[in-house]
Amino acid sequence: MGLLSLAIWTPIAFGALLLAFGSDKHAGAVRWLALIGALIGFAVTLPLYEGFKLGTAAMQFVEKAVWIEGFNIHYHLGVDGISFWFVPLTAFITVIVVIASWESITERVYQYMGAFLILSGLMIGVFASLDGMLFYVFFEATLIPMYLIIGIWGGPNKIYAAFKFFLYTLLGSLLMLVALIYLYNQSSGSFDIATWHQLPLSRTAQTLLFFAFFAAFAVKVPMWPVHTWLPDVHVEAPTGGSAVLAAIMLKLGAYGFLRFSLPIAPDASREWAWLMIALSLIAVIYVGLVAMVQKDMKKLVAYSSVAHMGFVTLGFFIFNGLGVSGGIVQMIAHGFVSAAMFLSIGVLYDRVHSRDIAAYGGVVNTMPKFSAYVLLFTMANCGLPGTAGFVGEWMVILGAVQANFWVGLLAATALIWGAAYSLWMFKRVYLGPVGNANVRALLDIGSREFFVMALLAIAVLYMGLYPRPFTDVMDASVAELLRHVALSKLN
Amino acid sequence: MIDNISWLAIYPEIVLLVMTCVIALVDLGVKSPQRTATYVLSMLTLAVVAVLQGVYASSGNTFYGFGNMVVSDAMGNWLKCFATVAMMVTLVYSRPYAADRSMLRGGEMFVLAMFSLLGMFIMIGGNNFLIIYLGLELLTLSGYALVGMRRDNAVATEAAMKYFVLGAMASGFLLYGLSMLYGATGSLDIGEVFKAIDSGQLRHQVLVFGVVFIVAGLAFKLGAVPFHMWVPDVYQGAPTAVTLMIAGAPKFAAFAIVIRLLVDGLLPLARDWQQMLAVLAIGSLLVGNLAAIAQTNLKRMLAYSTIAQMGFVLLGLMSGVVSGHVDASTAEAAYAASMFYIVTYVLTTLATFGVILLLAREGFESEEIADMAGLNQRSPLYAGVLAVCLFSLAGIPPLVGFYAKLAVLQALLASGQTAYIAMAVFAVLMSLIGAFYYLRVVKVMYFDEPLTATTVSAPLDVRMVLTLNGALVLILGILPGGLMSLCADAIMRSLAS
Repeated sequence: MGLLSLAIWTPIAFGALLLAFGSDKHAGAVRWLALIGALIGFAVTLPLYEGFKLGTAAMQFVEKAVWIEGFNIHYHLGVDGISFWFVPLTAFITVIVVIASWESITERVYQYMGAFLILSGLMIGVFASLDGMLFYVFFEATLIPMYLIIGIWGGPNKIYAAFKFFLYTLLGSLLMLVALIYLYNQSSGSFDIATWHQLPLSRTAQTLLFFAFFAAFAVKVPMWPVHTWLPDVHVEAPTGGSAVLAAIMLKLGAYGFLRFSLPIAPDASREWAWLMIALSLIAVIYVGLVAMVQKDMKKLVAYSSVAHMGFVTLGFFIFNGLGVSGGIVQMIAHGFVSAAMFLSIGVLYDRVHSRDIAAYGGVVNTMPKFSAYVLLFTMANCGLPGTAGFVGEWMVILGAVQANFWVGLLAATALIWGAAYSLWMFKRVYLGPVGNANVRALLDIGSREFFVMALLAIAVLYMGLYPRPFTDVMDASVAELLRHVALSKLN
Repeated sequence: MIDNISWLAIYPEIVLLVMTCVIALVDLGVKSPQRTATYVLSMLTLAVVAVLQGVYASSGNTFYGFGNMVVSDAMGNWLKCFATVAMMVTLVYSRPYAADRSMLRGGEMFVLAMFSLLGMFIMIGGNNFLIIYLGLELLTLSGYALVGMRRDNAVATEAAMKYFVLGAMASGFLLYGLSMLYGATGSLDIGEVFKAIDSGQLRHQVLVFGVVFIVAGLAFKLGAVPFHMWVPDVYQGAPTAVTLMIAGAPKFAAFAIVIRLLVDGLLPLARDWQQMLAVLAIGSLLVGNLAAIAQTNLKRMLAYSTIAQMGFVLLGLMSGVVSGHVDASTAEAAYAASMFYIVTYVLTTLATFGVILLLAREGFESEEIADMAGLNQRSPLYAGVLAVCLFSLAGIPPLVGFYAKLAVLQALLASGQTAYIAMAVFAVLMSLIGAFYYLRVVKVMYFDEPLTATTVSAPLDVRMVLTLNGALVLILGILPGGLMSLCADAIMRSLAS
C-alpha cells in the first residue's frame, strides 16, 4: 500500500472502527482512539514531504490499479506541487479538530469523531485522485459526513443549514458529473485526468464544460453570487465543522479549478477569465464590506472566508506564476487562519453560548493568554506581514498588477477591508473595559486549548516568516500548468 | 416426446413447484405460531433453488426447451437467482411482522410467496407470449391474495381490490397487444415474431398498434407514469411484509419481460417503443420525485420514489438503440445499465423495508416518516442501515445507487444525441429533487429527538441479514466492478444468442 493510500484509509479505518464499536458509555476511550487515529493519519503524511522531489511537474507517489473494469475507472492516486500541501494540511486540521472538540462535544462522541476521521480521509482522497470518477466519488462522499455533522451537532437552525449545504453543493456537482461522463465519451472511454488535459475540444464543448465545472467548484469555493450558503452553514455548524469546512472543504472547489477547469478547457478559461476576475473582485471588495457590518462573529469570519477565497480565484485567472502560486499559498494560509479563527470563536462560545459581538467586550481582561493568540490570528486574517495571511495576498496582488494595474489596485484594497473588519471585531470583543457579567466570569484557556492554539500559531508564523518550503514545492507544477493553459486546444 | 434438454431448462422450477406443494401439505401439521418448520423448509428450498439458478447462470449457456417455449440463458438465470435470494430475504424480514399480525395462522404466506416466485421464474424464462402471460398471471394472482391476506383490515382489503382491478386491466392490455402481434405475425414464439417483423413485409400500422398496448401493459406492471396510480395505494395499503414482496423480487421479472418482449421480440420496432419509453421515463421522473416530496407516509413516499427509480430504468432501456440503428455494444451497455440498476434498486429496497418492518411492533405500524424520529439514538445500527439505503437511493457515492445512475447516464450520453443529453441533464436535476426527500428521512432519524425510548430488538436472523444487506449496499458501492461486469456479461450472452 502506497503512502497516499495510507493517508486516505488510515483515518477512514479509525472512523469506521469508532462508528462500529463506539458508544457513549466509553466517551473517554473514544476520544483517545480518535486522537490516535488522527495522529497516525497525520504521521503517515510526513514521509510524503521527505520523499517529494522538487523541480518536476510530474505526479509523484503514483498508485494505479483497475477499480471498475467495465467503465475503465482506475484507483489512480498521485500528487504534484499543486495538490501536495493539502494532504498534510487536511491531516493536521483533523488533529486540531479532534483536540478542540475534546470537551465541547458530549453527545454521541463516537459518531462525531468517526464522521470527522472519515471526512478527513475522503478529503485527502479528493486531492490525491488522478482519475475523474475517483475524484467525483470522494468529492461527493464528503457531503454525507458533513451533512450529519451540521445536522446533529449544529446550532438552533441546523436543519435548514444542513439541507442548504447538501442540496446547494449537490446541484453543482451533478452538473459536473454530466461533464465528466461527456469527457469520458469524448476521450473514447477514459476517466484519466491527464488524458483529458491533452484532449482537443471544440470551443462550444469547452465553454459548456467550463460552466459545468464552474457550477460545481464555484459553489464549493464559494464565489459570489453563489456564496450565500456559506454564512448560514458556518453559523449553525459546530466549531469543528466550521473549522474543517473553512480550512479544507472550500479548497476542494478552488483545487478543482486548477485540476479540471484550467487544463481541460484552457481556451474557455481564457475567454471567460474576465468574468472570473470580476466575480473574484466582487467577492474581495463587496463581500469584504458585507463582513464589516455583521453582528455575529461566525458570520463575519464566514464572509471574510468568501473574501479570502476571492483572492484565490483571482490569482488563478490572471494566468501568471505569481498569481497561481499566490492563490495556492493563500489556500494553505487560509486553511490555518480560518481554522484558528473558528476555533477561537468556539472557545468563547463554549463558555458564554453566544456568537454575538455585542455579547462580549473586554475579554482581554479575563482571558489574556487567549486574547494574545486571537490578536495574532486576527492580524493574520487581515494579512499583516510576517503572518501566513500576508504571503498569498501579496503574491496575488503583485501578479494582478503585472497582469492589469487596475485589477491589482482593486485587489489591494482588500487589505484595507480585511484590516477594517478583523480589527474592528477584535476591538469590540476583546478590548475595552469588561462588557458584562458573563465576560467577567470567563476563565482563561486551559492547557488543551492553549496547545491547540499554539500549534496553529506556530504554523501561521512559520508560513509567514519562511514560506519557501511551500512555494518551492509548487513552482514546477505551476509553471507546467501555465504553459499548458497558454496552448490552445481547439482543433 | 419431451427431450432431456427441456427438463433441464425448467429443472429448478420443478424443484420449486414440488417443494411448494410439499410445504403446503407439511404446514397442515405445523402447530407453532411462528410457523418455524414451514419457514425453515421454505428457506432451505429457496436456498437450493438459488444455488441451482446460480450454477445455471454461471455456466453462461443458453438453451431452449419445450419447442422454444422456454429459454434458459445467463440473464434470465441470474435474474431468477437474484429473485430467489430477494424472496428469501423478504421472508426473513417478514416473519416476525406477520406473526404479530396473525398472518401466520396458516402457512399461506410462505406458499403464496413461493408460488409468486414460480410465476416470476416462468416470466423470466418464457420465450413465448403465452408462457410469459401465464407466468405473469401466476405472479399477480398470488400477489392479490397476499395483499388481501389481512381480511379484517379495511385498508389492506381496499388495496387488494385496487391491485386486482388495475392489475387485471393491465393484463388485459398486455394480452390484447400480444394478440395483435399474433394476428400480424402468425406466431407466439418470440424468435419467430422477431424474424417476421424484421423481414419488413408486415403492415407497420398493425404492429405499432400492438406495441402500444404491450408497452402500456408493461408500464402498468413497472408502475411508470401515467400508469402508476395503483403503486402508492397498494404500497401503503398492503401489510408492509407484502409491500416488500411486491416491491422487491417481482421487479426482476418485470425487467426480464421488458427485455424479452421489447428487445428479443420487437427490436425492429425500437423506434416506435423508444419514444413511448422516453415519455414514460420523463413522466415517471417528474411525477415520482415531485409527489414524493409531499408525502408524510414513508411507505407512500417509497412508492413514489420507486416510480422515479423506474424512470431511470426506462431511460436505460430506451437508450439502447440510437436513431433506429442497432449497434450491439451500445445496446448491451444500455441494457446492462438497466439490469444493474434493477439489481441495486432491489437490494436497497429490501434493506429499507427491512428496517420499517423491524420497527413495526404489535399493533403499531411504523410507517409514518415521523415514526423514524431519533432512530439513531434508539438504534445506531438500524439507523445506519436505513441511512445508507436512502443515500444510495438518492444516488450519492460511494453507495451502490450512484453507480447505477452513472451507468444509465453514461448509456444516455454515449449516444451523443442532443435529445438524449438533454434527458440526462433532466434526470440529474430530478435526482437533486429526489435527494431532498431522502435527506428528509435521514434528518428525522438523525437530527430529531426520539418520541419513544423503546429500544429496537430483532431476532438473530433478521439482525444478521439486515446488517449484511446494509453492508452490501456500502461494499458494492466501494467495489461495484464485479456486479457491473456480471450484468454486462449476462446481457451480452443473452443477446448474442
